[in-house]
Amino acid sequence: MTASLKVIAPGLQTTVQDIGRIGHQRLGIPVSGALDTTALRAANIVAGNAPGMAGLEMAMSGPTLEVMADSVRVAVAGGTTELQIISDSGETRRVPPLHSARLVRGERIRIGGVAGSAVAYLAIEGGMDLPPFLGSLSTYVRGSFGGFEGRALREGDVLPLAAPGAVERSEVRLGGLELLPLARVRVVLGPQHDDFTAEALERLVTTDYTVTREADRMGLRLAGAKLDHVKGHNIVSDGIAPGAIQVPGNGLPIVLLADRQSTGGYPKIATVASADLPGLGRVSPGARIRFEAVPVAAAEAARRELEGLIAGLAARLEAVGGDEIDPEKLMSHNLISGVVDGGG
Amino acid sequence: MVRLIASGDTAMVVEFGETIDRTINARVMALADRIDETGLAGVVELVPTFRSLMVHYDPLVTSHATLAEQVRQLTDSLDVNHRHGRLWEIPVCYEGQHAPDLDDVARATKLSTRDVIATHTGEIYQVYCVGFLPGFPYMGDLPAVLELPRRTSPRLRLPQGSVCMAMRMTGIYPIESPGGWHLLGRTPVRLFDRRRADAVLMAPGDRVKFVPIPLAEFDRLDAAAAAGTLALAPREAA
Repeated sequence: MTASLKVIAPGLQTTVQDIGRIGHQRLGIPVSGALDTTALRAANIVAGNAPGMAGLEMAMSGPTLEVMADSVRVAVAGGTTELQIISDSGETRRVPPLHSARLVRGERIRIGGVAGSAVAYLAIEGGMDLPPFLGSLSTYVRGSFGGFEGRALREGDVLPLAAPGAVERSEVRLGGLELLPLARVRVVLGPQHDDFTAEALERLVTTDYTVTREADRMGLRLAGAKLDHVKGHNIVSDGIAPGAIQVPGNGLPIVLLADRQSTGGYPKIATVASADLPGLGRVSPGARIRFEAVPVAAAEAARRELEGLIAGLAARLEAVGGDEIDPEKLMSHNLISGVVDGGG
Repeated sequence: MVRLIASGDTAMVVEFGETIDRTINARVMALADRIDETGLAGVVELVPTFRSLMVHYDPLVTSHATLAEQVRQLTDSLDVNHRHGRLWEIPVCYEGQHAPDLDDVARATKLSTRDVIATHTGEIYQVYCVGFLPGFPYMGDLPAVLELPRRTSPRLRLPQGSVCMAMRMTGIYPIESPGGWHLLGRTPVRLFDRRRADAVLMAPGDRVKFVPIPLAEFDRLDAAAAAGTLALAPREAA
């Protein structure tokens, strides 16, 4: 029998995402991928996967999934989002963020509200058995491709899993990693900063902007001080980098995120530092952000720092018991954690 | 004068000009080829557009400063051979429901609908850039007699295969999308079909000639395309 997860309730917008479909932008294929790649990678590390493996991205409210496999191991990451495990008999266990948990056939995973972030990720040990498109499992809903049938999950979907069951091992947790929205966002000015007035460049970094309701995987429309163009708001289309801040005719910036087009015809006043993109992916409508201009070399250094942090996550995993309120398992957890600590 | 501009810490814009111009576009393509041949460390992907090349890079492998130096050397010694991309012949039905803006375009350009079609099919267009949607080719140059601004009110849904025009550009919608260009006709050819090994049909640098077809022919080819059996080979290879 093939292992799978059955979608009992889909959540508001649950899609399969990995770290993106890289290498096809010249043909107009957006990169897509997780809005918060740090959370996805952390969830994967906790679940025992390679960091870039595809997981489920959840926005606002997460899904309820029934285990149709001998066993499955999962982990959730994103803000303070936790998951609940509901047994056959209706008992509920709560699993905090960045803790792995093993479930058996018939149990349900429920992620009620996505909390403390706009997005959270569910990683499944071994990943999902889905066909990659152009080398990626990321879902691009506008193009109806990637992920699970090119769309968000629906009730009744059966999500095939790659592994027949969870590997026998103790559960782990990852402490000390905050996955909260960023309030201060570093940007590198350009590529079309020359198309804006000096006042506009000043306002961009000295006033707060508020995330509007028009916020999705493609981008965040911001409200705040208008950014005036020097010479009109149409340019001959050029490439769009991740985090590019484009300013259409109304003077209000739009930060372009994972599902951005590969090219576009509005001037881009600045581009968010790649190290700050995961944190910007966590912001919700109503949040206030302040941009800070940094030189490109500083943005590159920030990115190296972030990657260093992520590379060190696996070594920070600590073993825990599967059920934290069971004293016997707590004891075994202490023993195991001692072993792990001893082994460095 | 070539400008190298940072777009954050993962992309660099190499800008050859600010206008739509085949000479500028040829330099963009030539630089993309040179970078591909040279295999610069840390380059993740190249996105040629009308007038600039976007070089996406991995800041863990290279840096803006290093890349700028390398790219500057390549642009200084750039040999622009006007290479020809593939030539595609694209069947288009310019009739009835498939051509909702044909009459408006004729009126605005003071041409007969027949002349609009003859003018649109009379050129070999250059694919300057593929973007906006998966596989959307920005093609030019549209003859000056057909030059019109975008529609004042964009349509919310243009069907896949819509052949459209605005300014000095013509394009084809690979998937259903909102859009503000004028709809001249519709092609049964799928510019994007994820069932194909090459999901995207056209690449930057390709050339395109439109060929008018009657409604019955459209229906026949459209059925084949829907079934995935419409094989379209380029009229000329690159």
